[in-house]
Amino acid sequence: MTHTESVSARLPLTSDLDLVRARQHVRQMTAELGFSLVEQTKLVTAASELARNALVHGGGGRMECAEVTDGGVRGLRLVFSDDGPGIADLDQALSDGYTSGEGLGMGLPGARRLVHEFSVDSARGRGTTVTVTSWVARPPRPREGS
Amino acid sequence: MPEQHTAEDRTDPRQEVAAFLRERREQIAQRWADAAVFRTVFTVSRDEAVEAGRAVVEALAAVAASGRIEDLEADGFAVVREQLARTAHARARAGATTGQISAEMEALRPPVTELLLDELSGAPADHVRECTTVLAVLMGTLRLVMLETTTVAGQDLINRQRLEMLEIATPVIKLWEGIVAVPLIGTLDSARSQVVMETLLDAIVEQHARIAILDITGVPTVDSLVAQHLMKTVAAARLMGAECIVSGIRPAIAQTIVHLGIDLSSILTRASLADALAYALQQQGAHIVPSSGPVVEPR
Ligand SMILES: Nc1ncnc2c1ncn2[C@@H]1O[C@H](COP(=O)(O)OP(=O)(O)OP(=O)(O)O)[C@@H](O)[C@H]1O
Ligand SMILES: [Mg+2]
Repeated sequence: MTHTESVSARLPLTSDLDLVRARQHVRQMTAELGFSLVEQTKLVTAASELARNALVHGGGGRMECAEVTDGGVRGLRLVFSDDGPGIADLDQALSDGYTSGEGLGMGLPGARRLVHEFSVDSARGRGTTVTVTSWVARPPRPREGS
Repeated sequence: MPEQHTAEDRTDPRQEVAAFLRERREQIAQRWADAAVFRTVFTVSRDEAVEAGRAVVEALAAVAASGRIEDLEADGFAVVREQLARTAHARARAGATTGQISAEMEALRPPVTELLLDELSGAPADHVRECTTVLAVLMGTLRLVMLETTTVAGQDLINRQRLEMLEIATPVIKLWEGIVAVPLIGTLDSARSQVVMETLLDAIVEQHARIAILDITGVPTVDSLVAQHLMKTVAAARLMGAECIVSGIRPAIAQTIVHLGIDLSSILTRASLADALAYALQQQGAHIVPSSGPVVEPR
């Protein structure tokens, strides 16, 4: 079972400057946890996408960071949440190139590919919460019951 | 009670302090002119420092007379607010922290207190204590007014630096006849990329550039928004008749872009600025000759 060590930070996502801070925070945490440069870059980029979505589509939100461990493997869990309009059609939002605005429509599906674990909890009018986790080195093998 | 206390309503310590400040204005201003907060701002002429000090003493006297010695918004301060703001701004620009400015303001109090005690020698101890308290409160309020303007000045400074950064961080460098380069450093947010695009397009026109190099070595994160900005800039440069090369895509970023699913194949890319320049020179028909001879020679 995944064991959450602690929510180490909760950062607001209400301005462009907050996005810069969120990226810097994730970069620093992944570096401290010993992620390789490529894995650092991937998680920071995913965080950038999800944080911007919370800001742009969700009207502002927050990011929570927590160190997690699973069978001795350490990882970083990021939770992006907002109280915005929510996503009515998740499959559509997760498909490459779909955008309701003027973006490339690659943020959500791209972020999903950049992390080891990805889940979205959203419904129309209920806000959006995206949770991602990446592990140092290799993702742990699936265990029975998980 | 000493005679001077009979003039005006000198039994009220606030009025007493107000009268004292008016009478000793010149002396106080002279002493303040040598205090750090005035000395460091009015470096050219000591007279100006004295003049500034006089204005502040007058303001304090007016505030004391109005009795609102704890009120930051007291009318008396309005007169010197702008001057204090300018002073605070100058100190902030010189690198003084809020804590330093606060200490410098606190340093204005002892010389005045000394003069006041001098003036009140022989007065009843109670009255002396009341008057020095009034002066302390008044100077404390002045310090707060100053700090308030410091914060505003600091914010202005940050905003101005932000704007300057937008410009400074996007220099267009002419590398060769017809070849310009923009080394991008930092976050490429929407405001920045707008500036980059405009600066680059202007440079293309001015320098009759046929090739523009966007070097992103200094851009820490390339996400879908940054990628979109790059593509738009490249497309706009193309419309102006220039070919655009994006250089400095580091290996970790290249891998990330691929996973993100962004297709940059429509953009000409080179690993480094040097590679991009070599390619550009070749396109311009210039030779790169190794060792001894001229390293780079236009045709
Ligand atoms: N937090 C959110 N709240 C509401 N809608 C969202 C949220 N995140 C994503 N969406 C919806 O999902 C769509 C796809 O998101 P995605 O990040 O893939 O693309 P985008 O943000 O439009 O463009 P970009 O490629 O620049 O990220 C968005 O256009 C938006 O309609
Ligand atoms: Mg997005």
